[in-house]
Amino acid sequence: MRPSLPPAPGLGFKPEHFETIRDLRPDLGFFEVHAENYMGAGGPAHRQLAALRADYALSLHGVGLSIGGARLDRDHLARLRALIDRYHPESFSEHLAWSSHGTDYLNDLLPLPYTPETLTLVCDHVDEAQEALGCRLLLENPSTYVLFAQSTIPEPEFLAEIARRTGCGLLLDVNNVFVSCTNHRMDPRAYLAAFPLAVVGEIHLGGHAEEALPSGPLLIDAHGSPVADPVWALFAEVIARTGPLPSLIEWDNDVPPFRDLLAEARRAAAVLRQDREVRLACAS
Amino acid sequence: MLAHPDFITAFRQGLFNGTLPPGLTVPAPDEAERRFAVYRNNVAHSLGRALAARFPVIERLVGPEFFAAMARVYLGGDLPASPLLFQWGDGFAGFLQGFPPVAGLPYLPDVARLEFARGRAWHAADHPPAPPEALAAAAAQADTARLALHPSVALLASDFAVVSIWQANQPDALPAPIDATQTETALILRDRRDAVRVLALPPGDAAFARALQSGAPLLIAAESAAHAAPRHDPARLLLCLMQAGALITPDTGEPR
Repeated sequence: MRPSLPPAPGLGFKPEHFETIRDLRPDLGFFEVHAENYMGAGGPAHRQLAALRADYALSLHGVGLSIGGARLDRDHLARLRALIDRYHPESFSEHLAWSSHGTDYLNDLLPLPYTPETLTLVCDHVDEAQEALGCRLLLENPSTYVLFAQSTIPEPEFLAEIARRTGCGLLLDVNNVFVSCTNHRMDPRAYLAAFPLAVVGEIHLGGHAEEALPSGPLLIDAHGSPVADPVWALFAEVIARTGPLPSLIEWDNDVPPFRDLLAEARRAAAVLRQDREVRLACAS
Repeated sequence: MLAHPDFITAFRQGLFNGTLPPGLTVPAPDEAERRFAVYRNNVAHSLGRALAARFPVIERLVGPEFFAAMARVYLGGDLPASPLLFQWGDGFAGFLQGFPPVAGLPYLPDVARLEFARGRAWHAADHPPAPPEALAAAAAQADTARLALHPSVALLASDFAVVSIWQANQPDALPAPIDATQTETALILRDRRDAVRVLALPPGDAAFARALQSGAPLLIAAESAAHAAPRHDPARLLLCLMQAGALITPDTGEPR
């Protein structure tokens, strides 16, 4: 692993944008890739990643480790370790969620109850992963659509306690905060007030979809549209408290032309820059 | 309260069998079904799209709606065995073979095998091509010399016109009449420029490539090609494979 991601905007890498990125060399802090897409033996995926990596800081984002599941898959940890050793990313992140049951992989980030039992289990898994990967990981807060009666620990406290016990960092997905809090009729600002911002190593921003339920809106973390205005507002409030952080635009479905992604990244850059200017003004 | 592994099992069952896992709390009780359905949809939709990305010609042949419904049936019996989705789908051809609604399209399983081989070729290990002089050297000692095929190469012998069907269903293909019952052998490879190519091999070339793949010396490969097609000349195929970077020096296991 290399030191850390720069406190600047980043984009999720899509192979269809490879040539455009190579020709344009956009001014971005980093690119992020889903680790599982680069676990084949060889081929063009690796050549693209090596070329991208040569020009940019790299965030390796896992979607399949199932840290919130019953047990970790050692084979998968070994595959992740091999990728980290090969590409030396500045950051590795995963989710507070589960996605595998036995050997069945469900391809979604599924929720878990927050209890003392699951807290211990998740901490054991984070310890095991950090040990196997030889690096500190960032754990991301999920988008959720249901809560569980057995939960006794609020999510921000649950994440704070994982970070405290394991030394891991956190990836704060501001869209996920907005989606989950809207869905559970909670105040996202109260959530963020309880969130341990000091250990946040990266921000995620993405678009969501909206359905209507009798009790109000149901937001779905769809990553197929621009970041929504209330999410930008929350992002600016977070950055005002933390200072500039590596901030990723996630757009994984109905991927638009690269210039549309760049426009979103510029908007994030403006929020990060504005904050820097405000700080400079206050200091002088 | 369920222990965590039991919670996971109950949740997972709910994704597929229509029950709700115990302990869901939602703002309005009658919303539990709608909210849990987000997870059911995410799983079925994302895996259905992953399958369609793997088998675009099958999707085109049966139509997107039918494909999505069929994918849900397939998921019931063959979920991915790891988060490496590009490895998933090796059972899809067998599923199609036994799925009564597509019994009228008997070529579908082989088209699926071809598409699966394309995905494998994309992710196959890299290997440097044999140098041009290796071909001449091998030809001079044809009785013992061996050339091997790149890890991306696959051969698929079909009772149907699997390559013609696949080609006719590419986005830029021009309409052309196809006799689906014409047998064809497909050669799938990833070339030097990382393009995954699909070629139809005539019987002599098919026999020659299959012999190479099984590790036979060139002379034996040429003999089996001549057996399949008298007066077969392997030069054209060898040149094509050479240009694509699909011929490699066999790994003898000894340091080179």
